[in-house]
Amino acid sequence: MSDTTVIPGGREAGFGDYVALLKPRVMSLVIFTAFVGLLVAPMGVHPVVGFCAILFIAIGAGASGALNMWWDEDIDRVMKRTAGRPIPSGRVEAHEALEIGLALSGLSVVMLALSTNLAAAGLLAFTIFFYAVIYSMWLKRSTPQNIVIGGAAGAFPPMIGWVAATGSVSVEAVLMFLLIFMWTPPHFWALALFMKSDYHNADVPMLTVTHGHDATRRHILVYTLLLFPVSLALALSSIGGPVTLVAAILLSGWFFLGAWSIFRRDTETAVSDKYAVEKRVFRFSLLYLFLHFGALLVDATLRTLGWGIW
Amino acid sequence: MAISRTHELHSRRLGRNVGVSLALGGLVVVVFALTVVKVTETGPVEGFDHVVRPALELKAQ
Repeated sequence: MSDTTVIPGGREAGFGDYVALLKPRVMSLVIFTAFVGLLVAPMGVHPVVGFCAILFIAIGAGASGALNMWWDEDIDRVMKRTAGRPIPSGRVEAHEALEIGLALSGLSVVMLALSTNLAAAGLLAFTIFFYAVIYSMWLKRSTPQNIVIGGAAGAFPPMIGWVAATGSVSVEAVLMFLLIFMWTPPHFWALALFMKSDYHNADVPMLTVTHGHDATRRHILVYTLLLFPVSLALALSSIGGPVTLVAAILLSGWFFLGAWSIFRRDTETAVSDKYAVEKRVFRFSLLYLFLHFGALLVDATLRTLGWGIW
Repeated sequence: MAISRTHELHSRRLGRNVGVSLALGGLVVVVFALTVVKVTETGPVEGFDHVVRPALELKAQ
């Protein structure tokens, strides 16, 4: 027996460090969109079952976040934005993140199957696999289209919520998926524009690194345009309504104006005002998703009260 | 010999233990609530139990 114990990294992890492995901020978006997907579905579920569905979808999302942090330890260490994460800062060891990620993945998928149905659990398992393996291990370091395809992982939660309630995928679920899928690239590229050196130093082939800022500005504009028909189709679908329609037009218009001003700028102007417009559009894009899904929720409530128009 | 001086490390360990306990306790509550809902929602269940069940045979006809 030794008299002293050396704690690697100099600081033993607290409970909060393990919670941070689950990316709580990403989780909040997952919880909200899965909640909307579950609530707008035509078949109601028992509140306890609904709560369990959201809880296990959120735990599954957190598990994939832990697996991502385990795999991306080397990149996170280099990038300023991620250097404070539990593993690069030495508070949690990489193998702990792997173990927590695997354990929570198994728990969340099995528990979602038991509380709702096998289809929802299968989709959750696929989402975790997609984010941890397809996105983190493969696409992120190999192609500038990384976040375009990888965005699918973040787009699945409302669909899983819908399937948890109904047992199958439908047009409405696909439209909710597509809304997040088309929204992810302009959202991340706006971030990448003012984080360029970070990705460059870490050798991650973001569009800003491989094709430059001007190409990224064009891409943001095109994806924001493509987002509009999806948002409109969602508003006109059976889960949409007047509130979603107004939200779709206003939010998409606003997002497009932001993308247009990003497109009209060049790096010199952006540097001179410290990427003020890019930062503003990035923040607005988060609001866009919350308000758009919030509008779906308002329309669902109106339908329940008998005030639905379509 | 009992530890007479506490270190910042001890409070962090306590926090971790309390956190894990609460998480596990929460999981037990969730599983119990889910079980109650699943059992009550399914309604009365009559299954094969090694003896003749006239009620089931009547239903089958």
